[in-house]
Formats: sequence, C-alpha cells, structure tokens
Amino acid sequence: MTQLITIIAPPRRWLSVNWRELWRYRDLFIVLAWRDISVRYKQTVFGVAWAVFQPVSAMVIFTFIFNRVAKIESGDCTPYPVFLYTGMLLWQYFAGILTKASNALVANAYLLQKVYFPRVIIPATAIVTGLVELGIAAVVLAGLMLWYGCTVHWLGLLLLPLLLLITMLAALGCGLFLSAVHIKYRDVGHALPFLIQILMYVTPVIYPVSLLQKYPVIRLLMLWLNPIAAVITAARAGLLGHAAVDWTALGIAAVSALVMFIGGLCYFRNTERYFADLA
Amino acid sequence: MSTPAITVAGLSKMYRIGAPREPYRTLRDSVAGAAAQVVRQVARMVTGAARHARGNEELWALTEVSFEVNQGACFGIIGRNGAGKTTLLKILSQITPPTAGQIICRGRVASLLGVGTGFHPELTGRENIFLNGTLLGMTRAEVRRKFDEIVAFAEIERFLETPVKRYSNGMYVRLAFAVAAHLEPEILVVDEVLAVGDTAFQKKCLGKMEDVASHGRTVLFVSHNMAVITALCKQAVLLEHGRVAAAGPADDVVRAYLATAAAAGTSSRACQPIAPAEHDAAWGGTSRIAFRAIRLVNNAYPTFTVHWKEPLTLEVEFAVQQPARNVVFSVTVATLEGVGIFRVHSNDLGGRLFSFEPGIHRISLVIENSLQAGNYLIALGSATAMGNVPLAHVAKAAGLEVLDVALGEEVAPQRGGQLVNGAALWSEPVQC
Repeated sequence: MTQLITIIAPPRRWLSVNWRELWRYRDLFIVLAWRDISVRYKQTVFGVAWAVFQPVSAMVIFTFIFNRVAKIESGDCTPYPVFLYTGMLLWQYFAGILTKASNALVANAYLLQKVYFPRVIIPATAIVTGLVELGIAAVVLAGLMLWYGCTVHWLGLLLLPLLLLITMLAALGCGLFLSAVHIKYRDVGHALPFLIQILMYVTPVIYPVSLLQKYPVIRLLMLWLNPIAAVITAARAGLLGHAAVDWTALGIAAVSALVMFIGGLCYFRNTERYFADLA
Repeated sequence: MSTPAITVAGLSKMYRIGAPREPYRTLRDSVAGAAAQVVRQVARMVTGAARHARGNEELWALTEVSFEVNQGACFGIIGRNGAGKTTLLKILSQITPPTAGQIICRGRVASLLGVGTGFHPELTGRENIFLNGTLLGMTRAEVRRKFDEIVAFAEIERFLETPVKRYSNGMYVRLAFAVAAHLEPEILVVDEVLAVGDTAFQKKCLGKMEDVASHGRTVLFVSHNMAVITALCKQAVLLEHGRVAAAGPADDVVRAYLATAAAAGTSSRACQPIAPAEHDAAWGGTSRIAFRAIRLVNNAYPTFTVHWKEPLTLEVEFAVQQPARNVVFSVTVATLEGVGIFRVHSNDLGGRLFSFEPGIHRISLVIENSLQAGNYLIALGSATAMGNVPLAHVAKAAGLEVLDVALGEEVAPQRGGQLVNGAALWSEPVQC
C-alpha cells in the first residue's frame, strides 16, 4: 500500500499551485457549486424566475432612460433592447462571479476554521453558479431576438465559449485577489458594490464603444485594460453580425484576463494558509 | 517496530494579538479611528514595517511541542481551556500553519473539529450527507457506496428528504457523526465532538471509534471527559500553557491532569477586580459602598467558567465607607444584552439584614445554576431594606461562561434559544 506522507511545516515563501491536490478535490468543487445553486432559490415563491426578472426589469428601465430619454443608440441597426440585453448578460456574469468570489471566503469562514481543503474551491464555485443564471437569462435573449426579428450568426455562437472563458478568467482572477484581501480587510465588502457600479459605466454595457469615437485614447484604454469591454463588443458583433469582430482587442483581452487570473491565483495561493487565523 | 503514524517535532505556534485578530469594528470606532488608521497604514507601507509595527503582543499558543503517535493507536490530548489543544488540532488538520517545527503524518488525515461541518440548514439529510462527506475528504462515489450504512447508523431513514433545519438536535448530531464515522482515513483527528448527543448514541460512537482504532487506523482524540480518555486511549499527552506537561500511558497523564486541576481549584481562583469607575453614578458611585472584587471560588478554571449545572460559588469583596444598617446585597445574572434572567437578594428566604462599620468586608453565596450553556453577565447591587436607599451598583461586575459539558456523566441538552433549564413532572395523557 502506498502511503500518503504529509509534512506540515511553516510555509515557504512561494508556493506553486498544487494541481494534483485540486484534482483530488474535484468532487468537493462539484458538491459546493451544486449546494450554492440548490440553496439559492429555496424558500422563495418565484424561485428561478428571479434569474430572469432581474435582467429583464433592468433592461426595461435602461431602455427607457438611456435609449428613449437620453437618445443613446446601439450604433448600428441592432434594436437597442437586444443590444443592451446582450451586453448585460455578459456583464452580469462578470459582476456575479466577482461579487460571489470576493465574498466567498468571508461567507464560508466557519468552514475555513473547521476543515482543510484547497481554499481556491470556495471562490471558484462562483463560475458555475453564475453560468447557470446566465443560461436561464439567455432564454430571454433568444425570445427578444425572435421578437425583433434578429438572426443569430454562427460566428457568435462559435465565439461564445471563448468569450465566456475570458470573462471567467478575468472575473475569477480579480475575485480571488479580492477575496484574499477581504478576509483580512472587511473594507472590501463595503467598497465592492460601489466598485462594480462604477465598473459598469466604464464598460460598454448601455452604450456602444463607437460612442467614444471622439475620445480615441479612452476608447483604446477601455478595450485594452478592461477585458469585458472587448468581450461584450465582440459578442454583439459576432452574434448579431452588424459589425466585424475586433480580433486585436479580443486577443489583448484574452491575454490581460489570463494575467489577471494567474496574478489573482498566485496571490491567493500565497496567503491562503493564514485565512483560518484571519477569518 | 513500525514507524510512528504521526511525529510532532518542536512544534510552535505564535499568534499576534494585535492587528490581525482585530474584531469587527463599530461604525463609531471606525469613524473616530479612520484618519489615524489611514496615516498609520500608509506610514507602515512606506517603511515596510507592516508585520512588526503592532506585533509586540505575541501569544505563543504552542511552544516546542514534541510527541509521537504509534500506528493503530488511540491517542488522547488533554489540558485545560487555553492550553493549546485546539491549536494543535488545527495545525494537524492543516487549517493553520505552524510558526516553527514540523509534523509528519503517514497516511490520509481526516479531522472532525466540529459537529456537522458545512451542514446547510436548507438542504435535506440526503444532500447534507454528500456535502459533509465530500468536505471531510470523501469522493462522491465513496459517499454513494456508504450511503445506506450512514443512514442506518444515524437512524434517520424517515427524514432523509427533510431539510436538516427541521431536525431535532439529536437527529442532527447523529447524522453528523454517522458521516464522520464512515470516513476511512488512516489518521482520524477528533475534537470533543462526543460532548453532544445523548448517552446511548455516545456509547455507539465510542464503540465505532474503538472499532476504527482496532482496524489499524490511528485516532487522535481531544476530550474534557477523563473517563472517556482512560477508556479509549492507551497513550496521552497533557498540554499546559502550550507546552507538553506530561506524556505517556493515558492513566498516568490523566492523573497528572487531575492533580494540577485540583491544585488550581484551591490556589488560583478566578478573580475579577472592580474599579470605582464601574460603579453606577445614579446609585451614588462609591460614596457609601465600593465593590472591590468578585471571585468565582469553586472552579478549576482561571476564568469565570462553570460546567453545566455546576453551582456558582461567588465571593464578593467590598469596602464600606460609612456606617450602614439594614443592608441587602443582590446578584443579578443577565444576558450579554443586559436582559436580566434572575436576581437573588441576601434577604431572600428569611436571610437577615446586615449592619457594617467602615472597613473591608467579604460575603460569599452559592447560587443554584440552571443556566444553559452560553455567556452571561453578573451584576452586583446593594441597598438598604428600610426606605430602599441605593448604596452601590455595578452593572458588569464579571462575565460568566457556562460550558456545555457537565462535570459528571450528564450532557447539556443543546436546545436553541432558551436561557435556563426548566424542570417539570408530567402526568400521563388522559383522553377528554
């Protein structure tokens, strides 16, 4: 019988990610993700309808204010509600992961103090729960597109897994970093809702990037520094086919998302041993 | 002779009881301290002295702890509250890293530091078995394989599809332990989980644990219950102030523990001094009577801690400033929020009134303890019986902790919410 030998000693300075151990704990990841999904709508009257209600009501209000009143257009011939809802779906996926991941450690502090497992699992489950909500809300997008007579372009559907992956990496990278900071400084809990609100306005969710034509520097900064901006723009171009996909911006977004993910993961990995003392 | 299952060598753990353990701050504190905080933080970041700036207060929870546990042994860890038992278990379970030294574990380690870790109240019994099982290190396939066995052990077949928030406490604990009992690690680390649950189930769990040890697996076991330690464990270690005070055969170590506990009971009693500023100004401050200290006499702990149902023997020291007649004392036990639970007066049940000349005096009382496990406040008061002139009052003379373990065999029922234990005799039901 091969025996597992564990040596518990003071932590070294730099720790690499123990992928083998993560793989051993894959079942815990599945069960925790499933717990979050299944608990989410327990003891609610409307249940899963909430996943639809939130983006739809936001869409109705935003369409009225930004499109009808403030006269913001989609910039091409896409009907504004479809344009807006596409952006909002991806944005909410990003914001959802970021929020859930950042709060995950604090919310599960009692687990950190009682049992050992790779801590990354807790914030990482947010990518699955977010995906389920995205899937439900996407049904409405299909309905909207039918209603407005838009056709779905195959390029967008092919691109979708890549776009989701970029969103996931960027959100989880930031989320891992913030959750590790959050367990030490609870300020994160106060700052985060505000930060996400601000981020939404510097992301082309309610307006097209083309609106920034007079400010080319800001436009470039946004597309390069904010991976979600490029993802949303590419999703609209790909799915609705009214514009060409900006591959350069998308490539840069992919790289910056990867950098965020690796950075967040490394920071998390090297602080995780002290989480139980801080929780 | 086989190699030991666990080798602990020179293990030390230091906590800084300054910055990192800072509790949640109130808004008022935050606003007041915010400016100073920011300045200090920035200064610290600039000078790079982040860790050591406020790190003067070091607490060594463990110092140079070394011992070995043989393969297939049941090993006990004992010691008073704050001796470092939990810290040791946390390091063994890899929840927190040591500051120095190392542990070598040969085999898969599973630890039970709480009952029903990760149980979610909204999920059903079935769902929680999977959740808890995977958290404790099983795969889903393993849980599925042992599922029926777990359910049978916990005796909850009928309630599998009921959310655990509707479970009685007994069912909850049974389910939690059933999952844990079916782990198959080479090393099992257990913290005082047997302090809950009814006696019959405890016996069943103890049997299961002996079973585990007899199958060549190693069990590390922390308990306050010395009878259980001597019954289960062959070897044990006694921790005192983070150091190993005794190690060897369990019987000897338990005897050493009882000797120190008895000594502590007579020499170092829990004592809480009372400052003049703590006196209620509306009751005249300290102008007539000044409480000086309150002691808890009968316990083995250096803190205001008693076991469940253990009577409270209090000793109150006070200074009388001017001659006083017809004096009555009162002791109030209240919740942490200040809601009074009960009050006893020195003239209750035909007790007499006191007269004092100026000087320092002492009075003792024994209070029957029907409090549930939890934390409480003790308030002291004094007044004259005739005319009810207030003499002195201290709202927070001391905090009191009632443990959820009794001194004897009895176990505190873990019902939520209530403050005191009731006692009643019930008739047979009669059909109307």
